[in-house]
Amino acid sequence: MQAKPVIKFDNVSKTYPNGAKGLKDINLEIMPGEFVVVVGLSGAGKSTLMRAVNRLHDITAGDIQIDGQSITQAKGKQLLEIRRNIGMIFQNFNLVKRATVLKNVLTGRVGYYPTWKMVFGLFSKGDKQRAYNALQQVELADKVYARADELSGGQQQRVSIARALTQEPKIILADEPVASLDPQTTKHVMDDLKRINQELGITVLINLHSVELAQTYGTRIIGIRDGEKVFDGPVASADEATISAIYSGGEEANG
Amino acid sequence: MAELPKKPFAWQKWVLGVVMVVGLIISAQATGTNLPMFFQNFGQFTIIFQQMLSPDWSYTAYVVDPLIETIKMAILGTTIGSVLAFPYALLVARNIVTNRWVVGIFRFILNVIRTIPDLLLAAIFVAIVGIGPVAGVITLAIFTFGMVGKLFYEAVETIDEGPIEAIKAAGAGKLEIIRFAVIPQVSNYFVSYVLYAFEINVRASTVLGYLGAGGIGVFLQRALSQFRYDRVGLMVLVIFVVVLVIDYVSGKLREALI
Repeated sequence: MQAKPVIKFDNVSKTYPNGAKGLKDINLEIMPGEFVVVVGLSGAGKSTLMRAVNRLHDITAGDIQIDGQSITQAKGKQLLEIRRNIGMIFQNFNLVKRATVLKNVLTGRVGYYPTWKMVFGLFSKGDKQRAYNALQQVELADKVYARADELSGGQQQRVSIARALTQEPKIILADEPVASLDPQTTKHVMDDLKRINQELGITVLINLHSVELAQTYGTRIIGIRDGEKVFDGPVASADEATISAIYSGGEEANG
Repeated sequence: MAELPKKPFAWQKWVLGVVMVVGLIISAQATGTNLPMFFQNFGQFTIIFQQMLSPDWSYTAYVVDPLIETIKMAILGTTIGSVLAFPYALLVARNIVTNRWVVGIFRFILNVIRTIPDLLLAAIFVAIVGIGPVAGVITLAIFTFGMVGKLFYEAVETIDEGPIEAIKAAGAGKLEIIRFAVIPQVSNYFVSYVLYAFEINVRASTVLGYLGAGGIGVFLQRALSQFRYDRVGLMVLVIFVVVLVIDYVSGKLREALI
């Protein structure tokens, strides 16, 4: 039996209200357990592609399916339930800085509760343990009650990985997760993501600036230029000519 | 080498300056401002001031209750106004409610409320609910609502949008976003603004009594109309001390919060 793609793009386009093209007719299939790196110039549409997957950005044409279910057509609760299965990591970590590490990690579980329980912040004991387990996986168990802004950049990013893990997602989207980190912490964060991918079988779709990192960690590379998919293949097949083609002649576009 | 060119003559600034000075003179004449007259009455001021400098200490016992009433009014008014202002502020914050019309209309209402002077509100509510502290509480509640509502929504609009995006990506709905991404970022500001409003309300409520809206202002007005400047002096002193203490404590608390 053939495995079904966990993310599937069908002729996906995105045009911004001002007429700028974010994505142009993208077709894409990502299989469970892949570690896919998206590369391209700034503004080529990498971030837009990421945010199209969990519909933080709406697309203007085409259809995106998550695990066989269309997120493009999902409404209300359905959309929230699909999103629950997709963890996301951001360049700027996006933690609530004044809140404790535990509280930040727990917010990954929000999608599993009815609203009234959340208004009172009633997380179950099991979920608190789950959050703590996730923190142990990123080696930050000792920081559980620290305030998020007391942590270094690399640690904050690992907290946000723990938050994504607490969601128990099938997919993790990482939007430039190491762009604001130094080389050493970059390695730490990337190793964590790789381990999550291999040990937990979570599909990882990640945006990276650095081709070198893409080649070290990825199993597959997707090149985006000007909103178009210009390359898609295993890391080994991305030679220097291909890479320079991805990075050439990029005109500024949105996203 | 070319010589440094002369600074161009800023004739606009000069014209503006002249217009302002002429405007000041014209408006002073139009309203019949008379500076010498101001100083003519200065003698009377020193007489009253002398009387105020020898306060009627025996009156202290009578002042305590109305003073407590004033503070009670301030606490109640601040609380009611702030509790109402909180959900309202979320409704008019552009990063929470994206519908331009909703934000526009409710913001307009808030602006209108804020433009009504508190003394006018007090006069209106004394007429509606009668003389007494209830009029004062309602006045302070509305006044607080207008002020704190604006401070609240401005705080909400300055938050880091990152956590909102993150929690949205985790499958959270609107209320959860507010609960976990917005409130933790602004709660300290909210508490600080409420304290600030309380400081202002303690001061304002002393004056409100003047219009019959309860508290120590009623006594102040009575003493003034009886020309009992010794009692006025005492009350001014007591109010001064109380306001100073409340401002100091609340100021320290706010410093600790932010």
